[in-house]
Formats: sequence, structure tokens, C-alpha cells
Amino acid sequence: MTYLAKPKLHHPTLPANRLGYTRRDYEGKISTLCAGCGHDSISAAIIQACWELAIEPHRVAKLSGIGCSSKTPDYFLGNSHGFNSVHGRMPSVLTGANLANRDLLYLGVSGDGDSASIGLGQFAHLIRRGVNMTYVCENNGVYGLTKGQFSATADQGSKSKRGAVNRDAPIDMVSLALQLGVTYVARGFSGDKEQLVPLIKGALNHRGAALLDVISPCVAFNNHAGSTKSYDYIRAHNDAVNRLDFMPKHDPITAAYAPGEVIEITQHDGSRLRLRKLADGYDPGDRLAAISHITAHQARGEVVTGLLFVDPSADDLHDHLNTVGTPLNRLAEADLCPGAGVLEAINAELT
Amino acid sequence: MSVPDEGRPGPRTSGPVIRRRGITATNDFVVKFANVNGSGSASANELFARSILRMGVPVSPRNIFPSNIQGLPTWYEVRVTEQGHLGRRGGVDLMVSMNPQTWDRDLQEIEPGGYLLYDSTKPIPPARFRPDVHAIGVPLTAIAAGKFADPKERQLLKNIMYVGVLVSLLGIEPEVIAQLLGEQYKGKDKLIKPNLEAFLTGRHYADEHLAGELGLKVERRNNVGDRIFMEGNAAAALGAVYGGATVCAWYPITPSSSVAEAFQKYCSRYRVDKATARNKFAIVQAEDELASIGMVIGAGWNGARAFTATSGPGVSLMAEFIGLAYFAEIPATIVNVQRGGPSTGMPTRTQQSDLLACAYASHGDTKHVLLFPEDPHECFEFTAAALDLAERLQTPIFVMSDLDIGMNHRLCAPLAWDDSRRYDRGKLMNATDLDAGKDFGRYLDVDGDGIPFRTLPGAHATRGAYFTRGTTKDGHARYSEAGTDYLYNMERLLRKFDTAKRLVPQPIVRRTSHKTTHGVIYFGSTSPSMSEALGALEQSGVHLDRLRVRAFPFPDSVKAFIEQHEQVFVVEQNRDAQLRSMLVNELQVDPSRLVPILHYDGTPITARFIVQAVRDRMPGTSVRPLQGGRAA
Repeated sequence: MTYLAKPKLHHPTLPANRLGYTRRDYEGKISTLCAGCGHDSISAAIIQACWELAIEPHRVAKLSGIGCSSKTPDYFLGNSHGFNSVHGRMPSVLTGANLANRDLLYLGVSGDGDSASIGLGQFAHLIRRGVNMTYVCENNGVYGLTKGQFSATADQGSKSKRGAVNRDAPIDMVSLALQLGVTYVARGFSGDKEQLVPLIKGALNHRGAALLDVISPCVAFNNHAGSTKSYDYIRAHNDAVNRLDFMPKHDPITAAYAPGEVIEITQHDGSRLRLRKLADGYDPGDRLAAISHITAHQARGEVVTGLLFVDPSADDLHDHLNTVGTPLNRLAEADLCPGAGVLEAINAELT
Repeated sequence: MSVPDEGRPGPRTSGPVIRRRGITATNDFVVKFANVNGSGSASANELFARSILRMGVPVSPRNIFPSNIQGLPTWYEVRVTEQGHLGRRGGVDLMVSMNPQTWDRDLQEIEPGGYLLYDSTKPIPPARFRPDVHAIGVPLTAIAAGKFADPKERQLLKNIMYVGVLVSLLGIEPEVIAQLLGEQYKGKDKLIKPNLEAFLTGRHYADEHLAGELGLKVERRNNVGDRIFMEGNAAAALGAVYGGATVCAWYPITPSSSVAEAFQKYCSRYRVDKATARNKFAIVQAEDELASIGMVIGAGWNGARAFTATSGPGVSLMAEFIGLAYFAEIPATIVNVQRGGPSTGMPTRTQQSDLLACAYASHGDTKHVLLFPEDPHECFEFTAAALDLAERLQTPIFVMSDLDIGMNHRLCAPLAWDDSRRYDRGKLMNATDLDAGKDFGRYLDVDGDGIPFRTLPGAHATRGAYFTRGTTKDGHARYSEAGTDYLYNMERLLRKFDTAKRLVPQPIVRRTSHKTTHGVIYFGSTSPSMSEALGALEQSGVHLDRLRVRAFPFPDSVKAFIEQHEQVFVVEQNRDAQLRSMLVNELQVDPSRLVPILHYDGTPITARFIVQAVRDRMPGTSVRPLQGGRAA
């Protein structure tokens, strides 16, 4: 992590969004990750998505665990509060933060080590509770910060930089999340920003638990021949099922599509997900078919990407808990304290 | 209480004839019920305890239960105590023996001259009785079989029948039972009738066959006053409601689960928005204790008052997160209802053995604020106070209850709340402050008390955002590996801990009217037994000044108290004298002044034990132990 702030100067013609903010207003500190790291591309995609959506930066809370990926929240959205918590435990911290204030947008950033090994339990429960958030798993198959050990998402048979072969079965975060009831799940590739930015936008506008599994090659420890998470491997085996165009609530539809070419899904907040079909008959509303499709392609060494499943009418943890609309952190004595009179009545019952 | 040894006729029931008069006592004795758990005895036994309370006589009941749902031995002990001694006494005057599995050991526990009430449906060989224990047999199973058709109902009502027998034998006013049954089954009138019938059956049997069998009596008094009868866990939960907690994340663990359950119950009553029927609270049963404390920290970071309730094993799991909250300075409230450790230990027995684990939880240099409630009243007060302290000090606060306080009904002062009281939200900088140009540095000690200002996520569009982390940082929350930045924060945290001394509940000191060189320090659930023991010691000429510690860090008055005495007994319910270690460690006092008195067999400490232990350590004095004292 760095303590170097970026200079505030920027080109005077940098375009501003609806709120008058430029991309620079969504940036953070200078990244200290390795040159060419996939994670920096994901940070850039997050900045792009938030700028285009004209999200007020302070309405985002970004949370992470420990690892290279978990450092990245310091490198984007510098006007947002961030929380770099403990290894594998970001989901619980995010859940608590979300309970405290339902009005903010929650962005959890984690990696495959943080999410699939030490944090698998918390990841699972975050998803099954339907916490309203976007969870980005920056997935590179290795522990980068401790110099290249396999993670639990490394494919069986893939080779480490030193030539060791991984014998253990991989955990597929997308399939796992589908089984746990995730209501928005996509897989992207850090090397394909055009695909990734709309997937992030859709997730940020989704109510419920949204998972983005982003294959993000580690240039230092997992970008060699024999790796199944290298730039070359993913480019060669990327099998996108669809291309997403995200349209905010009030945007007019401009592009014209031939009938049958697109699926349009309206989310809870009125935003629309227009999916250009790439794989024949792939239905992102069919949870079981999604699992089956992903598993079949995975067996052939292919990496299925795109918006893989969405339930646009999902509810979230606050719905399950029937909490009031006002954020809990704004309630004060008048709402919270039953008062001395009630306490006297309680005392009277306790004899 | 007296134990005359004149002979008198034994019972007319199937037990042995015992030619010895039993203990006679009024409003000062111990009844113990030996039951099988899952047999529905709990509500009957509680009914018994409450009936005596309703006669204006203080009682102190204790559940002694297994970590099991059905089929294992369980006991319920009721100390009837006109003088209001609410600690466990030790010894049993009347054993209500309803569990054949534990017959022999239950019998052994009865004081010489005591009584045994048992089910005489099946004959029991005379050799199984004690000649110095007065046996009273009632064919409960046989009577119940003739009275109630449904076998399940029969079992449940057998329990109410022995309550009827006891009411007759002890002279409890039957109207009190009728009234309590009416309250218990309010709205379920169908249940009142069979219960009342079972009660009357037992009572009539005893009236007819057992008159004069028992030397123990209950007489109406007016010694309860306005005190309430409550479990500490319920009180802690209510303290969380009054203290403004909106987020509760927890994981089930004995003996703390009933804190979260009671919070749910009270919130359902007092925290549901009338207009929308929606909840002004969020309760999450987490996947483990790591997640529950993580949620509490996330909520605290985001400005909601949040708490968890747990016990020792849970605290061990939470340790890493507690260190994060300490170092990143995030409010969190943890109610630790202590049980017997280490490891799974004695999950259904009481101890005060998590002091060190909580005071210094997590790796690296850490220190945490602990509050020690003595009873349900303080569980309420301290949980509400902890929520204030957590935000004022921006750090985890532990409420160190234990099983003895948490899971037993205890008579205590009524709960009180001042409606003018405002929550202390601590040093928060809001949008107005930031717009006014106030300089914000998350970890800057601007007031010299070690406590920095914080902002909440979403506070301001362009100012006040910062990055919270468990790594080293400078005064402006920027990552730093500089030793000077590290020292700045670590030393500021010590200053903050020093500030806490003035904010936490102060110790309570009571000096004897006699000149003394000896004192005693104690805390938490030891309180009622300590009062009783000191009373007994006074009577035999031993005078001790006393100090009840109510919080860590120790206020300066604790050190002063120790220095004023040549010797100070430190009484605690753990093996390793944990409080004593902390006193030595934190106050730089001479360890030889601090004499440990330790009770840690899982049962609550008794006055008898304390008196004996003090006597053993003060050889020059002529203190007589209370009868039946038993060392752990």
C-alpha cells in the first residue's frame, strides 16, 4: 500500500458526469501492485463504472480482507470510506456495515485466497443471507502477496511458476454462489474492460447479493505456460455467453437489435440489463442450467464469462429482517429507548 | 437453625424409621430438587421458588444443569433466606429426590438431620437411606397414574404434585400458588385446571398423611421490598435495548444464548415501528463467533450501536477481530457470560476465568475495557453503559457477566432509567463540522485524552473519508511503516486507556467501623456471598475493609486501597488468580500484599468457603467457619 496521494492536477477538458465529477474524482491513491497486475485493470473498471453511473463517491463503502486484491480499495474511490479488515472476514464486516446503514452502496473486494480458503465460510453465508452488495473476487489462482502458493481456485493440473502441479480440485466461486442462492452473478476477465464495466454497473444496481468473479492474472506468479489463469490462457479459452449493455433507469434505448438477439431484464431499481446473446439458448434466469453450463464448459478447460444468472426481483437481508427504511445508524433515543415508564412496568412484571 | 438430637417417631411411609428429630428452621434453609432434564421439572421448581418470594421471603434459586437436552441429571437449588443472603449457601436441608440415577450422591449432600422427599411408589431398600436423614415418602407416580390418563401429562403434573406436597409441609399459602398458576397460564385457561388439580392432590395427600413431618417452615414476611426477580442475561438484553443497540450478531453458546433471545423478545415488544410494523433493530444469528464480532465491528464502524453475547470459547475465536477493533479504534460491545474453562471446560458451570483472555485479547500489545456486573441490575446498567463507552472510547468493551448471574433468577434492585439521559455518541465529526473547515485527522489526539475524532461513511461528499485498516498508519489514517507513526498511535492508545479509568464504573469501597490492617477485593457474582461472609466474620471479630472492583482499567482508588492495607485478600472464581495478576501487572503493587482466595470447581462461591479461607489465612484470629464449609 502506498501513502502517496495522486496529484490533483488534471487535463482541463476531462469530461464530467451528470454530477460534475470527472474520472479523477473516483480515483484513489497510486497503486503499489506489480506493473501489469490484473487487479489494477479491475480498479480502473470500477472507477469507470462509478463515474459513468454518476454515483456520489461518498455513498459507496468499500470493504476488503487481506491480500493483493484487498489492498486495491485504497487505489479507487478516494472519497469513499474504506475498510481493510482481517483475512477472509470482510463478509461479516460488510454485513454489519450494511445492517447499520442500508442507504449506502457496499462494494466488497477480495481475492481467491481471501474468499475461497480462509474466508470460504463467511463468503458462503454472505451470499446465502442475500446481503445487498457487490462482491468482486479478483481471482488469479495464487497467493500473490506471499509469493505464489496455489489458492483453492487453482485448476487441477495447472502448474505453478516453479513447476509444481496442483492436484486438488478447484473451487468455482460462481457455481458455489449459485448453489448458495446468489441473485446476480457474472464472470469477467480483467483483460476485457469492455465486458467488465457493464457487469459491474449491473451489480451495483442489483438489489441483493451480487458476485463478480473476475479472472485477474498475477503477472508475478501465475502468468506462465501451464497456468490456467494467465492472460494467454484466458484469452484462448474465454467463452462468453452474452454481452451486457447496462442502461440506467431513465436512459432511452438507442441501439437496435434484431428480434431474438437480446434478452432484456428490468431490475428492481428500474435499470435495464440488455443481454446480447452469444451462446445459443443460454438463459440467465435459469439457475440450474447455469450451473450445468458452467460445469460442462469447465470440464473442457473453458472459462465461461458474462452475466451468468440474475434474479431481478430478489430481496435482500433487510427484507428478511423487516427493518425500517431509515438507516439504523440514524435512529436516536426517541426511536430506540422505551423510557422510564416502560421500565417501571417491566419491573412490576418481575416479581 | 438448630439441630436438636432428641428422638422422635419416623415417617409413616415406606422408608426406614428414623428416630431422630430433624433440623428445624423458619425462612432459612436450602431445598434442592434432583430431577431428570427434559421432564418438565423446571417450571414446577420455579413455581415453588416464586411462591416463597410472594410470601415476602427472599429466595435465591440456582439451576445446576447438564449440557444436554433430555435424560441427564439436573438440579434446582433454592436457598430460602429471610436475611436476604443471595449467594449459594452450600449443603442441603431438604432434598426432593426425583431422579433415581443420582439418589446416592443426592442423599450424601443432605445435612445431618435434614430431610429427603422421595417418590415411594416402588419400595426402596432400607440400606439406601441414611439414618440421620429424615425420609418422607409420597407415592407420586401411583397417585398420578390414578389421576391423569395421558402419560406425558402425568409426568408433568407429577412435578406440580410435589410442589403441592411441599406447600403443605412448609406452610406456604396455597392462594399464592393459585395466583402464580393463573399468571403463568394467562390466556391458556385449559392448562390452569389440570395444574391446579395436581397441586391440590399433592397438597391434600400431605395434609392427610404427612402433618408435622418437616421441621422447615415458611412464614410470611415483608423482606422482599421493591426488588425484582430476574436473570442477568435478560437484564443485559434489556440494557442493550435501553442503551440503543440496533444490531445484535451472535452465535449460540451456553450460557449466553438467552441474551440474544431476550434481546429479540424485548425488541419485538418495544422496537417495532407502529405505523409500518417494521423493525428498528437487526438480529443476525451468525455462522460462528468470528462472523458475529465481524458484524458488530462493521456496524460499529458504520455508526450503529452493536453488540454480541458470547462465552469463553467465543472470545477465543474473536481474538483477531478484537485486536483489529482495538487498533483501528472501532466501537464494539461484547457481553461475555463466563463459564468454566479452559477449552469446552464446564459449559454449564460458572467461573470468572476469562479476565486475562479478555483484558489482553489478541496478539501484539492490547488492553481492553472490562466491566464487572454483580447482579442483573448491574447487567442492565453496564450493558447500557458499555454502548456509551464503546463509542466514547472507540474500542471494544466487555461486560463480564457469568453463568451464576446470567442464567439464574436473582433478586436485585429494580431497573431504573432517567429519561433525560442521552446516548454518548463520542467524538463524531459530521458534515456541518467538515463544511465549517474543521481539520479532520482520524487518529490525531486533538484533545490530549488519546481519543481521536471519527467520521461515518457517507458523511460528506468530498471531506472526511478515510481508509480504516489494521496495519500501521499515521495520524491521518495513511498507511505508514514509520516507527514514529507506530509509536504515536500505540502511546496514544495508552493515553486513551488511561482516560478510560475516569469513565468506567468506579469501585465501591466499604470500610469496617473497626481499625484494620486487612482488606478484601472481589468482583462480579462473588458479591452476595462476600457480603454474607464479611457479616459472619464481623460477628466473630474479624474486620475487613472491602473493595468491589467494577471495571478494568483500575481507577486510582484501587491502588490506594491496596496501599492502605498490609494484606488484601483477592477473592475470585478462577484457578490462576487472574484479577490478582492484573492488579500486580497494572498497578505495580507488591505481590506479597495480595493474598489469593480462589474458588473454581464450577459451583458458585459460598460464604462458608470465604469465611474458612480467610480463617486459614489469618491464623492469629479465632474465626469459626460457618457450618458445613467446603473447600473447592
